[in-house]
Amino acid sequence: MTRKPRPILSMVASRVGLGVLSLVIVSLVIFSAVAMLPGSYASAILGQNATPEAVAAMEEQLGLNEPWFLRYLGWLGAAAMGDMGMSFAGRPVMDVIGPRLLNTVVLASITAVIAVPVSIALGIVCARFRGRFIDKFLSTSTLASISVPEFFVAYIVMMVLAVKLQLFPSMAGIRASMDWGDQLYRMVLPILTLLLVILAHMVRNTRAAILSVMASPYIEMARLKGEPEARVVMRQALPNAIGPIASVVALNLAYLISGVVVIEVVFVYPGVGQAMIDAVRNRDVPVIQACALIFAAAYIGFNLIADVISIISNPRLLHPR
Amino acid sequence: MTQLSRLLAPGRRGFLAGLAITAGSLALPRGLAAQEGPKQGGTLRYGMNDGSQTETLDPAGWATVTTGVAFNGALCNNLVELLPDGSIAGDLAESWSSDEAAVRWTFVLRKGVKFHDGRPFTAEDARQSILHHMGEGSTSGALAIVEQIADVAVEGEDLVFTLSAGNADFPALLSDYHLSIFPAREGGGIDWESGIGTGAFKLVSFEPGIAISLVRNPDYHKPGLPHFDALEIINIPDSTARLNALLTGEVDVIEDVDIRNIAMVEGNPDLKVVRTPSLRHLTFDMNCKVAPYDNPAVRKALKLAIDRDDILQKVFLGEGEKGNDTPVARIMPYFSETPPQHQYDPEAAKAILSEAGLDGVTVDLSVAESAFPGAVEAAVLFKEHAAKAGITINIVNEADDGYWDNVWLQKPFNASDWYGRVTLDWLFATSYTSDAPWNNTGFNNARFDELQKAARTELDQAKRAAIYAEMQQILHDDGGVITVAFVSWRLAMSANIGHGPMGGILPGDNHRAAERWWRLDA
Repeated sequence: MTRKPRPILSMVASRVGLGVLSLVIVSLVIFSAVAMLPGSYASAILGQNATPEAVAAMEEQLGLNEPWFLRYLGWLGAAAMGDMGMSFAGRPVMDVIGPRLLNTVVLASITAVIAVPVSIALGIVCARFRGRFIDKFLSTSTLASISVPEFFVAYIVMMVLAVKLQLFPSMAGIRASMDWGDQLYRMVLPILTLLLVILAHMVRNTRAAILSVMASPYIEMARLKGEPEARVVMRQALPNAIGPIASVVALNLAYLISGVVVIEVVFVYPGVGQAMIDAVRNRDVPVIQACALIFAAAYIGFNLIADVISIISNPRLLHPR
Repeated sequence: MTQLSRLLAPGRRGFLAGLAITAGSLALPRGLAAQEGPKQGGTLRYGMNDGSQTETLDPAGWATVTTGVAFNGALCNNLVELLPDGSIAGDLAESWSSDEAAVRWTFVLRKGVKFHDGRPFTAEDARQSILHHMGEGSTSGALAIVEQIADVAVEGEDLVFTLSAGNADFPALLSDYHLSIFPAREGGGIDWESGIGTGAFKLVSFEPGIAISLVRNPDYHKPGLPHFDALEIINIPDSTARLNALLTGEVDVIEDVDIRNIAMVEGNPDLKVVRTPSLRHLTFDMNCKVAPYDNPAVRKALKLAIDRDDILQKVFLGEGEKGNDTPVARIMPYFSETPPQHQYDPEAAKAILSEAGLDGVTVDLSVAESAFPGAVEAAVLFKEHAAKAGITINIVNEADDGYWDNVWLQKPFNASDWYGRVTLDWLFATSYTSDAPWNNTGFNNARFDELQKAARTELDQAKRAAIYAEMQQILHDDGGVITVAFVSWRLAMSANIGHGPMGGILPGDNHRAAERWWRLDA
């Protein structure tokens, strides 16, 4: 077996290639699925004013009278050049999605910056004090918070902090015209809800990853050498559990970008998830496509990063037998 | 009786034949004989249910309550205004008159009105604002209205419309929310992009699908209006989130409160529910051209085999008014009672069928929740009611998505949700004449078509009312529409918001909430 000079780079290159292929397939699936949906942008927008002439005129203006695969090829060509096209409403797709994508990224980033260190730390604490009160308490509470649906968590948070204590506004409807402090203040409740939802998942997986490593013979060896338990966990177990932890973190980060639509609806947060729902309702295909690509790219991108981290932390993965 | 008082309603005088009636004195939508006078100041924060990121300032593309209240009602004015009682008064037009045939209409425009950037409003602005919706390839929501206009010209300082055929209702049609007036552009067209109108509020920011923010126009042409200093239109699509926003004081008013939450809102002393009878009606439509509905006996029997009261109580929790098998709401000009009120009478239905030589009838009723809220439950009750009359209704559960494309106008017996039209002429011409584009009942009655044409150019009020009464009776007796109920606009609002009598033709006090309402705590 010949060794490549830069194994990680070539691995990344081939993964990126596969990622792009996945994006194309996703876009094809979405486009054809939307084409199969009944109704069109023209009839959705014109509503009870949709005379046959007005619908026909609008469909012709939007090019909707062409077969869907021709429209798809046209869209794909432009997208490949970085042009996401125009929304059917006449604004560039990036103008429609841009501000909302920024909102989503801000919400996700703030949540992630808090959630990732906290959850890994808590996971380590659980593993270190396995079976003790703190472990049992965290395991039970995280299990409970995973088991209830996210909108329920959201309503509980809202009831306690917005309605009863009136500490924070119930509506996170931030707008470009608000200043930073105001925006952040309004984002507290959705951030808190998301923290409760993803912390649980990450804490449990961190704990499980470390504990599975802790069952290895070399941990036994370290203990026999007389190393203190905390040192065993931090120095021996944690470095070997980085791969699985990175995977679960990646999964949760991707969720923060593409899966928080329920939270967005409950708190009226203008994120990209609501943009996609709005676009599907109106059959605004270019916007739907752009949203789908963003979501798919988030999943592919974060998983790629997680893989790279796993490999760096465990070079054996580069040479699968 | 009711007809007469309606005929005498001040705004209808604008239709009187060949007379230039000054409607200017009626332009101010008062009726605000409230015990406490309107106060100046404060902000109105209005939570909407239907905002969308596809929204635009282009009036041709307006389709939501959000754009209606924010742009049509606050940012702009039309030539005419829909008063709370449904009649028409002058707004940017002061008065109007027509020739004998109701073909040529002359509008005298209001002087001294300014756009938000200070330029004066002229006849050319009005002309271009109408032309914007006309022409080849127009995708405007007002296309069906402007298609009647053969020519629109400026004569002196007046605006003159020449119609392709006479239409006595023409001024009322100009109240359509798409026909808002924007400044004309040099060389033709209108400048809607800058968001400049003549309305009570100036545009501050517009984030489609999120929020629209406006501020008081100090130079508004209606003295003393508006009362609010600022207006925030906030989009909250989810009904629970909308209610939460009202409960926590984030907004002052919310559109379309869920009927299941009404008791909760009414139990809160800081909030109130305001119901305004609307044109909106929920129906089961039979296609009169398709068997067995082509048999008048079957249509009649089905109309008697539904217990509207039962559906109203169980499905709509009492929120609504029982229909009587016409699409004409009580608040419409020329509404006429159509006796008898169809009541649930399974024995009579059975008798009608056996008289027609039919021994039981089986029909398929196509419904989906998206047809109208509660349509499926209403259909299930209807099935039970009809069974007692020997009529078997098979409920066909259609897909929610695409209902209006695949079921409505396609299946012979379907559920439908109608928002109504400003005038009877327009209502019938769009949905009940034999050539109407949305003739969901496949109605084809020569007498009805003939009356529709006669009424259109009839400028004599009494004759017109008689014609429309006969048309409503024809629909009631022979039509394919089973009107289950008329529903009201249901606004939940803070007790701090004051208002006069509310218009129900369009949502949000005929779209003009922003200039008609006020804060009691300002």
